[in-house]
Amino acid sequence: MNMPATKIEVETATPAAVAAPVVAMTLRRPPRTETYARMAREIAVRVIPPLIVIALLALVWELVCRRAGSALPPPSKVFRDTKELILDPFFDHGGIDKGLFWHLSASLQRVAFGYSLSAIAGIALGVLVGQSVWAMRGLDPLFQVLRTIPPLAWLPLSLAAFRDGQPSAIFVIFITSIWPIIINTAVGIRNIPQDYRNVAAVVQLNPLEFFAKIMIPAAAPYIFTGLRIGIGLSWLAIIAAEMLIGGVGIGFFIWDAWNSSHISEIILALFYVGIVGFVLDRLIAGLGKIVTRGTAQN
Amino acid sequence: MTAYLKLDHIDKIFTRSAATTEVLKDINLTIEKGEYVSIIGHSGCGKSTLLNIIAGLTNATTGGVLLENREVNSPGPDRAVVFQNHSLLPWLTVFENVKLGVDKVFSRTKTKAERDAWVMHNLNLVQMAHARDKRPSEISGGMKQRVGIARALAMEPKVLLLDEPFGALDALTRAHLQDSVMALHQKLGNTILMITHDVDEAVLLSDRIVMMTNGPSARIGEVLEVPLARPRKRLELATSATYLKCRQRVLEFLYERHRFVEAA
Repeated sequence: MNMPATKIEVETATPAAVAAPVVAMTLRRPPRTETYARMAREIAVRVIPPLIVIALLALVWELVCRRAGSALPPPSKVFRDTKELILDPFFDHGGIDKGLFWHLSASLQRVAFGYSLSAIAGIALGVLVGQSVWAMRGLDPLFQVLRTIPPLAWLPLSLAAFRDGQPSAIFVIFITSIWPIIINTAVGIRNIPQDYRNVAAVVQLNPLEFFAKIMIPAAAPYIFTGLRIGIGLSWLAIIAAEMLIGGVGIGFFIWDAWNSSHISEIILALFYVGIVGFVLDRLIAGLGKIVTRGTAQN
Repeated sequence: MTAYLKLDHIDKIFTRSAATTEVLKDINLTIEKGEYVSIIGHSGCGKSTLLNIIAGLTNATTGGVLLENREVNSPGPDRAVVFQNHSLLPWLTVFENVKLGVDKVFSRTKTKAERDAWVMHNLNLVQMAHARDKRPSEISGGMKQRVGIARALAMEPKVLLLDEPFGALDALTRAHLQDSVMALHQKLGNTILMITHDVDEAVLLSDRIVMMTNGPSARIGEVLEVPLARPRKRLELATSATYLKCRQRVLEFLYERHRFVEAA
């Protein structure tokens, strides 16, 4: 019974051993062209469908709005009207007569400031609420009510408190984006597996080490979910807030264009607002992916 | 008999609102230095609770744990645990997982280079040095458990606590790891306390087997000495009369006298 079995093993082993290097050599031959072709195909699969949809939508828009007397300009007119703004985003004629780059960068600066504050405060409060049952009982009902207040409802109050547009706008960003960060961080902290806590206990990590080495990495996927929702909300809030506080900023640019009946400029600005919002979202998502590598899959 | 680790009249009562459940009742056990003791019992008999009490992760309701005549009631690296589900931190590499404990325990006594070398030494002991830069998600279940063992060993515990360390592994990997643990015990002479529900595993690895009755109010039902010479060889033991007799004793205890009622 044993003998034939070993024989079979030997027979199968030899051809495999011979075949192996042959396979390896054929694989080494066409790597570059093939990988390029595959990459091109992958990119095409992702890029072509949205391009077709965009082209179709632009066509419909053009057809609908080209008729005389239509309230909104067709894409061709938008492009003609705003060519200067598109081609030279960096001009600066003083006051609020600046290129779109300056408006966007002013808005982004406000977001960067307000959002950083809300990220720091949000994670800190989230850790507190996630870690302490009493903090949760005390604060959670408050959070649940406050988070439903719309961004612009805070603006008059903050204007009254700060008596200046700039800090008020930053406060509106802060107060809008902090809630999802707090709530998601708290959920993440509460969901840290008991196993990790046990490991920390056996190793005798002190509270600070536990925070840095266990708590933050373990809750990172949740924290980044909150941060991602937060960045979207803060971009949403700043556009609205700037319309009211005025000054340089993409929000007021839109409002100003409306007051001067430059509908094409509004459309261009909306386009930029969408792109920037998209990039911000991707930025946080990408950062989250890098930071939480290994944590998400277990 | 010199008591190295002593469990002294341990009772554990869980209280949930009005209902109280007595899980462990009057557990007394002394373990010598270098001894390998297994605790075996049906699931739900409180053996994991007992291990948690020894580890300091749970407190006993009455009674206490003495290690070298000193009471221990909080967790610490002198009673390192190998957890059932490995519990490696997924965001750290294999090396960093072991280093976490090493850096804490030897922060004063070893330099950074010495600590790193000590981490590698322990990874070598469990044959995992090749995977030092891998993350837990990139290695197999058996490898994860090896790293878990290395992490515990690297803290130079006085007692190594194994909480069903091989339960989640397939039979072949389990056998392989059991042999590794046997070899490590032989080489390092650790005092080891293992929770298991595998009769063969208990007989193969242990000097003494502590059999627990069914909960609630689980007690130590019987303690069996395993008079098999070391080093033990799995294949030779399969036909050894002593091995079979020990196995028989444990099986009788578990399946005749203290059959798991709920499972019937």
